[in-house]
Amino acid sequence: MTAVSLDKVTKVFNQGRPDEVTALSDINLEIGAGRFVSLIGPSGCGKSTLLRLIADLIPASSGTVEVAGKPATRARLDQEYGIAFQQAGLFEWRTVQRNVELPLELRGASRAERKARATEMLALVGLADFAGHYPAQLSGGMQQRVAIARALAVHPPLLLMDEPFGALDEMTRERLQSELLAICAKTGTSTVFVTHSISEAVFLSDQVVVMSPRPGRITAIIDVDLPARDDAARQSPAYFEAITAVRRALRGTDNASASTDAVAAPSSRTPGSASPAATAP
Amino acid sequence: MNLLRRVAPPVLLGIFALVAWELTVSLGRIAPFILPAPSAIWHELVAQRQNVWEAALASGLNALVGLAWGTVAGVLAAMAASRFRLLSEVSIPLAAVLNALPIIALAPILNNMFESTSSVPRRLVAGIIVFFPVFINTLRGLREVDPTHRELMTSYAAGGWTFTRLVRLPGALPFVFTGLRQASSLAVIAAVVAEYFGGLQDGLGSRITSAAAFTAYPRAWAFVVGACLLGLFFYLATLLLERIAMPWKTRLIS
Repeated sequence: MTAVSLDKVTKVFNQGRPDEVTALSDINLEIGAGRFVSLIGPSGCGKSTLLRLIADLIPASSGTVEVAGKPATRARLDQEYGIAFQQAGLFEWRTVQRNVELPLELRGASRAERKARATEMLALVGLADFAGHYPAQLSGGMQQRVAIARALAVHPPLLLMDEPFGALDEMTRERLQSELLAICAKTGTSTVFVTHSISEAVFLSDQVVVMSPRPGRITAIIDVDLPARDDAARQSPAYFEAITAVRRALRGTDNASASTDAVAAPSSRTPGSASPAATAP
Repeated sequence: MNLLRRVAPPVLLGIFALVAWELTVSLGRIAPFILPAPSAIWHELVAQRQNVWEAALASGLNALVGLAWGTVAGVLAAMAASRFRLLSEVSIPLAAVLNALPIIALAPILNNMFESTSSVPRRLVAGIIVFFPVFINTLRGLREVDPTHRELMTSYAAGGWTFTRLVRLPGALPFVFTGLRQASSLAVIAAVVAEYFGGLQDGLGSRITSAAAFTAYPRAWAFVVGACLLGLFFYLATLLLERIAMPWKTRLIS
């Protein structure tokens, strides 16, 4: 069973106009059910666009996008996925609880069912005590957890995330990464996760999809096989090997002058600091 | 202590100004028909308190009715204008023209259109004055939708009226109240000033003109004080309503 299937997908913005941009070209990707897949690449490589195509927030110019075996539009209407963005995007006039209830409300769930599900989801992200608070009373990390709870509220088989931890500090980010993995393992949700952090992609994913810009395309798909996903894993050789592999794949997508010194570079750096390849000297 | 520090300076300044005013009038021997002393105005206010109260009720009701219909019309027009692009392009210059229209020019004409015992002209004037700030602010609020909210609602397949009801209207609420705060004082001014041009003579405006016509200047001033208090009451009531309507903002302050 595949969660997401993209076949020869292209996306062209402003088609037929002087400012025409090919954002994505010839994308083929299969994401298996229950898998955690990251999309990584420098800015402008179309990773966010790709996520929006899967979410059917924008239409593909050509090719087919299928989610849970259905056309993307059908999947969206059936709420087959939950989505979270870099901005938590909570509705400030609703309490935390009513924010989480919103997707259920739009599905026509009963009041009791909504309340039960929201309570369950808030417990899952560790915010049960904050149900009655308003978003502005929470920290950025807590808001993002509410956004994740909201994305999971309808128990979707697929979770789409667009740099959800991008605006958070390093400590909060690492804690939320572990929490997210635990939630995904518990609920069996497939996840597509957009990031520009190599270490984040490697730590979270079963598979890292490396993309390059102009036009946006997939240049490598790297399988990550860590023994466990805990703090010890962040120190394991397998983790560093995967980081090196992803970094090398990202360098390979750079222009020729940058790739000449890319061969020597990975070993001379501390892998943990994982700077994006786009900033190579 | 904190409250005292915030309240004390304006109160002290007000007392100082009143004392200075009193001394200027009594020591400077300014004729009472030019500027009456605060003590004389206070004396009249106490003596006329029944009349001031009744006139304030009449003017207040006119202002309230004007404020209500002007606000409803302003919000509905803003919703329509934000929904249909063409309508907004036509309606914004039209609303600007309406705003530039001096009520002084409008009041006598409206008074002639209705019976002399009718309160409708004053309420119309107040409503027209209220319409503009409410319309412009609400329209801006309705247009400013967080792009993340927009994408989120698309992912929920929620559009049209659901989107307006759940996202755009609550999002526009702070803007509506910005307009309403301006409009509440304007409504009182409009209701009072409209009485200077005829029509039913039971409000503060007509009392001010008739007192002035009888050269009873302290009495005229007493009614001006009444109008000032009425305007202040409307403004504070709007602030209170804002707090009640947007509990998510109130909670942050407390």
